[in-house]
Amino acid sequence: MKTRLRKSYRLDALDHSIRVARTSREANLLHDSKRAGVPTPTVYQVDTAGCTIIMEYVDGSRLKEALTDMDQSELRRTCKHVGSLIGRLHSAGIVHGDLTTSNMILTDGAKLFFIDFGLSDYSYEVESKGVDLLLMSRAFKSTHYALHSRAFEAVVDGYREVVGNDETHLISGKMREIEKRGRYSERSQASMVPDIKQGQV
Amino acid sequence: MPPLILGIESTAHTFGASVATTDGSILSDVKRTYVPGTGRGIHPREAAQHHSSIADAVILQALERANVTARDLDGVAVALGPGLGPTLRIGATLARALASRLRVPLIPVHHAIGHIEIGALTTRSSDPLVVLLSGGHTTIAAFASRRWRIYGETEDITLGNLLDMFGRSAGLASPGGPEIERLAMKGKSFIELPYTVKGNDVSYSGLLTAATKLLQAGRPIEDLCFSVQEVSFSMLAEAAERSLAHTEKKELLLVGGVASNLALRKKLEIVAGEHQADFRAVDPKFAGDCGAQISWTGTLALSRQMFVDIERSQVKPRWRLDEVDVPWR
Repeated sequence: MKTRLRKSYRLDALDHSIRVARTSREANLLHDSKRAGVPTPTVYQVDTAGCTIIMEYVDGSRLKEALTDMDQSELRRTCKHVGSLIGRLHSAGIVHGDLTTSNMILTDGAKLFFIDFGLSDYSYEVESKGVDLLLMSRAFKSTHYALHSRAFEAVVDGYREVVGNDETHLISGKMREIEKRGRYSERSQASMVPDIKQGQV
Repeated sequence: MPPLILGIESTAHTFGASVATTDGSILSDVKRTYVPGTGRGIHPREAAQHHSSIADAVILQALERANVTARDLDGVAVALGPGLGPTLRIGATLARALASRLRVPLIPVHHAIGHIEIGALTTRSSDPLVVLLSGGHTTIAAFASRRWRIYGETEDITLGNLLDMFGRSAGLASPGGPEIERLAMKGKSFIELPYTVKGNDVSYSGLLTAATKLLQAGRPIEDLCFSVQEVSFSMLAEAAERSLAHTEKKELLLVGGVASNLALRKKLEIVAGEHQADFRAVDPKFAGDCGAQISWTGTLALSRQMFVDIERSQVKPRWRLDEVDVPWR
């Protein structure tokens, strides 16, 4: 059972609408992702107003911990598989919205589940797919910094096998573009210069 | 007397100079800030002209207040980036000239690391999850294995940009943050605005557009300021909470110019409390850009002999936080 609890740092009105929206979104997307061929916990019951979902319990370990015990070839194989699952989601018009190794469960039978779809969305846009993969890349970079380049390369390889070369190329270009925005960059500087329409009264 | 470092900051609208010692005393901190006209943003060239007209006086005053002379210095630290090229070059040119004249090392400092280190010094934090909010950064980072690792950041504009640009569209004086905070206290009703969190990242451009449109449609400025703060700060609090849960750090440290906002502090304090972490915020006098963040970080770099040759000391407007080697932590 997963209940979204009230966050006391948010205003009640804001907090409640966020929790309700995420609960219903998660329930729908867990289901649609499974149909897209990505293992997710089966949803048994949803109480939107109570912000609660009753779903299957997936027994296994978080990929975050599982990765650290893997040898090179196992690591590559697993990360490639992660990439192909992301590819299946994206091909079905779904972005996960919170791709980290904490949100992937590896079962004893070596089956990989994606969980936590509260920030997921339906989208075919290159921008949203780019953000999704960027989050994945960042998770490797911050949490698994020693593995980052090898692991993420394998993810992209797996992704490419599902969505194709052209699409992968398009999305990795977008990722570079998005990454430049957040850091102190041309864009955040440009937004400080005067002649921006919104800036004029 | 422990070694003395002069620090020079000129990454954006502020030109600052400060003298610090390796044992953590900030002996002086002098700054002057370029203020664009109401309704306008920073113009990089005008800011650079401002800096070059007051730079000598600021540096001299920093030495005077510290009660030292230039000859007492053991090094000159300068923020080489990230920031605006034209203003960065003013600080860099002066620092090179001083270092070469005094025959002391030139110490390159990353502006964001300056914010973090002055925050850690003034709050006695040792291994915090850092929330860095300045004009150029909206970044959540933690230290691991010689680098600051980025856990979350903005995917478009920074929180500082959001407040500045919304303030500008409402005709408020620059910087917008303090004015918005004052008006928000008078806000009564909450107006719904786009709330966008993706993983540990936030996105503020949709919020800016929506709030600006509602302002033009005649909604009360106080209510909008209140709602812009509520939504943007809650998004950040959520991103920080996710990062805190993930990293399991026991300290949450807020640094950068936006750190002085009380409504924001309150939200982050709640997040920290719920995760058994201590909440700390940088001393308000060192929250905004200042020389002290550079002089103090300069002393840390000095301890590891992290110098740069003058010929190779070009400014780095897009220097990334997670590219910087930090051997002193």
